[in-house]
Amino acid sequence: MSNDNGTVVVARDVTRRYGEGETAVDALRGISVEVPRGKLTAVMGPSGSGKSTLMHILAGLDKPTSGSVAIAGKEITTLKDSDLTKLRREHIGFVFQFFNLLPMLNAEENIRLPLSIAGEKPDPAFFEQLIGSVGLGDRLGHRPSELSGGQQQRVAIARALVSRPDVVFADEPTGNLDSHTGNEILELLRHSVEDLGQTIVMVTHEARAAAIADRVLYLADGLIVRELSGATQHEIGEAMEEIAAL
Amino acid sequence: MTAFTLKGLLTRKLRTALTAVAIVLGVATVSGTFVLTDSIDKAFDAIFSDVYRNTDATITPKSAFDTGDNGTTEAAFDASLLPQVKALPDVRDAIGGVASDSAQLVLNGKAIAFGGAPNLGFSVDPSRPEFNSLSLVQGTWPKADEVVVDRSTADKKDLKVGQTIGVQVLGPVEQLRISGLVKFGAVSSIGGATLAGFDLATAQRLFGKEGKLDQIRVAAKQGVSPQKLIAQIREILPPNTEVRTGDAQAREDAKSTDEFISFLRYFLLAFGVIALFVGAFVIVNSLSITIAQRTRELATLRTLGASRRQVQTSVVLEALVMGVLASIVGLFLGLGLAKGLFSLFDAVGFTLPNNGLLFETRTVVVSLALGIVVTLIASFFPALRATRVPPIAAVREGAELPPGRFHRFRTPAAVVLTVLGFGLLILGLFSHGTSTVLLLLIIGTVLVFIGVAMLSAPFIPALSGFLGWPATRIGGAAGSLARDNARRNPQRTASTAAALMIGLALVTLVATLAAGITTTFRSAVKDIFVADYAITAQNNYSPIPISIGEKAGAAPGVTAVGSVRTGDSLVFGKREFTTAVTPGAKDVMNLKWKQGSQETMATLGADGAFVDDGFAKDHKLSLGSTIPVTFVTGKQRTFQVKGIFDPPTGGSPFGPVTISAATWDAENPQPKDLYTFVKVAGGESDANVAALEKTLSGYPNAKVQTQGQFIDNQISGLNSVLNILYVLLALSVIVSLFGIVNTLVLTVFERTREIGMLRAIGLTRRQTRRMIRHESIITALIGAFVGIVLGLVLAGILIAKVDFLEFTFPTAQVIIFTVAAIIVGILAAIFPARRAARLNPLEALHYE
Repeated sequence: MSNDNGTVVVARDVTRRYGEGETAVDALRGISVEVPRGKLTAVMGPSGSGKSTLMHILAGLDKPTSGSVAIAGKEITTLKDSDLTKLRREHIGFVFQFFNLLPMLNAEENIRLPLSIAGEKPDPAFFEQLIGSVGLGDRLGHRPSELSGGQQQRVAIARALVSRPDVVFADEPTGNLDSHTGNEILELLRHSVEDLGQTIVMVTHEARAAAIADRVLYLADGLIVRELSGATQHEIGEAMEEIAAL
Repeated sequence: MTAFTLKGLLTRKLRTALTAVAIVLGVATVSGTFVLTDSIDKAFDAIFSDVYRNTDATITPKSAFDTGDNGTTEAAFDASLLPQVKALPDVRDAIGGVASDSAQLVLNGKAIAFGGAPNLGFSVDPSRPEFNSLSLVQGTWPKADEVVVDRSTADKKDLKVGQTIGVQVLGPVEQLRISGLVKFGAVSSIGGATLAGFDLATAQRLFGKEGKLDQIRVAAKQGVSPQKLIAQIREILPPNTEVRTGDAQAREDAKSTDEFISFLRYFLLAFGVIALFVGAFVIVNSLSITIAQRTRELATLRTLGASRRQVQTSVVLEALVMGVLASIVGLFLGLGLAKGLFSLFDAVGFTLPNNGLLFETRTVVVSLALGIVVTLIASFFPALRATRVPPIAAVREGAELPPGRFHRFRTPAAVVLTVLGFGLLILGLFSHGTSTVLLLLIIGTVLVFIGVAMLSAPFIPALSGFLGWPATRIGGAAGSLARDNARRNPQRTASTAAALMIGLALVTLVATLAAGITTTFRSAVKDIFVADYAITAQNNYSPIPISIGEKAGAAPGVTAVGSVRTGDSLVFGKREFTTAVTPGAKDVMNLKWKQGSQETMATLGADGAFVDDGFAKDHKLSLGSTIPVTFVTGKQRTFQVKGIFDPPTGGSPFGPVTISAATWDAENPQPKDLYTFVKVAGGESDANVAALEKTLSGYPNAKVQTQGQFIDNQISGLNSVLNILYVLLALSVIVSLFGIVNTLVLTVFERTREIGMLRAIGLTRRQTRRMIRHESIITALIGAFVGIVLGLVLAGILIAKVDFLEFTFPTAQVIIFTVAAIIVGILAAIFPARRAARLNPLEALHYE
């Protein structure tokens, strides 16, 4: 499952160029990063910094122009679609800004979906624990349209955790929520790291969100420009301003 | 995953239902056709086996060939056979009878006829009711100079037992007393035919068969097998007669109805299949749009670990469920349709026998299989598209589907399909054998439709601009928006319009061919018809007694009369439509002679014939060549070519071989005329019409017409056929209408935000509705335009090959079809426009 050194995702010299010739844009210009197991890594940066592109490439959604990415010790940049599919099933979970729940399924069915896609049955004990920890209680039989934004994101997080992936990629998980609900979601993510030992990579532009991270990476113009560990919200915010002023 | 698919269908009920309609209608037509024709078939079988229920063997005349529908009558045999049959050791009983298919009933000087159905006459033997085809429902069996008529006719014309009614078969009308009312087997009427029953002697006299019989029915003694009976009868059987078992005779009698039913079945099925074909386009389009709109959902599935195959399976499964449901609904709707068709046929006077609707296993299997297979095939390409949704589309707003591996081959493939389609069409036209030709034409047309549908996308912007111009004038800002909307997704507009294109191409094809037929027919009649009047049957096509022509010559002022006899004969061993003319034809019909002259028609003599140019070339005939002809009686004669004429493109009034009426009458048991032409001093005038009608008052079935009336009457038959074709093709247009509704509903859904924005900046509800309506009309007009052009091209190709047609632009029809397309557009827009106008601007803007 994992490397001995406790690293889940390893990226080396990743570049990503969009377009060709004169109009080409370099979104990533040589990034190397390691995501440690059981930690929450936040990726921050102003818009256009390449943080989303980095996450897409780390998660195998997009391919780098050069460089390599390995998840759970497996090089993913050269994988065929079918192997990538297998990789997603076994090793990766996603949490989206707009939740991306399937409107025709109720909360519980949405949560179980990754397992049923993979043709697996959930471990009943773990499933109970998961449902309990996301705190949905009696809302399990409701459709997404009957749930609040916060509840929908809880369902989405449970869905990402249900297959016990090596890493969960969260893309602006609080971006579409008010600050109070956002805080609850952040708590839940933090809790999943502490209690379940889940590895999470989270892209965000909010200092408040990044404050729950064990480590914060700052991106600007396609490069990692700073790295903080165990920083407070205030320190993170200051670093952001400094970077923006560069 | 399965639950996901099924629940997805449930949440998309409306679009699923709208898409399913396309299949429902096609399947309903297929199932309705089977139910209808099976029910008729069974009812007819019941009738015929009922008629021969007590008959072990029948003796009938044996003709030299299978007589067609051209008025040839088999020769009756001598009645002296009956006592010989009765004297056979194993015969318990036997009766003889005669029949006619032109026993015209006449009431108050007017012929009773229902929609061109035959007027059947029979002899009945009251002493042997077990042999009677007819059963008495009121009154008594007829004695001499009495008649029984069917209850259905009696009801319609308010005929009572005891009153007199006119009957006319070969000679003038005779007044007979109605002694009773009857029904035929278990039904009161078949296809609007009138039935008249007489005692044997009266029937023989009326039918011109004194001392003759058309049929002997034989019952065997107890314990004698039909085979043994037949062997015994065979020993005394005279030439030109044959013997069959009662069952075999029932099957023989059912032959012509079987042919009719099988024609009706394939005819109606063809339109069901066309509707399904159009339905397939609608499904492809609806599913493609749905998949485009579900991009994020499908991409999310991919991020959760769904494989391409799983995504594809979910789309196909969705189509399968929809196909199954739609086919089941269609199957049962077909029952209702069959019921409706029975009532419809009844209402137009063509009552079909019906002993209850028959739901065969085959109907269920074929209908369901067709519906499901068509849906599955149609879902194939959308499903393939769905597999190309990349997982990253889950996080990217407005992610576009990457073009598929075969994308760049799309246009070349469309060109290849179109060219191949036209190639097959042309190949078909130069092939031989009906089934080969039909198959090539059908496959060619299908390929052309698919190819043109794929090809039209690049032309959509230009077409929308051109056909949307009126919308911008009439609709103002809303009209301009509509025009731009119509061209923003050319592929979608093209596919939506393609469904309508097919229907319109087919109606245009039919209309153009019909216009070609009409024009050439009109000019042919104008060239040939040099008489003042034509006389035909009231229904314009039934053969009439030859005494009518003879009688017409006696009318005051008549200077020339020429009649054309028709029937079938074997010519060079092959059955041909054969004609004969009276000498007077030379003065009333003008032919273009290559060899011979007008005089030839009057000087054919006993062994002369004239032939048309094509026939002469096929058989390498020239003046003096001989032609072997076998008549229906089996008699062979040789004729000498005395003239060759060039038949007009609009159809020749003659068969390939024409002989003298005198010879024809000598060789055919009951000669009949198709038409008689009359020249009168003073030409066309009311007085002349009155004089002719007075002279022919004994023949209520005779209709006197001027040249103009004759043309119109002859074309009217074509027009009724055309109307039936239009109604049946309208079905596929309705399917395409639902396709437009579906596209618009999906489009409105997709543009919720945009419409909200438009509303927010001041577009009124009315303008919103107008915008959707104009987009719908533009789409329909594109379909109509491409369809009409394609229809004209297809017709042009056919006409170029068929030498009896000239290309005529059907102006009136094209205008009507265009208006119809606009109406389709307006109707299709009603519901989507209302939905769009109902959108609350604020909510729409928030819509995610």
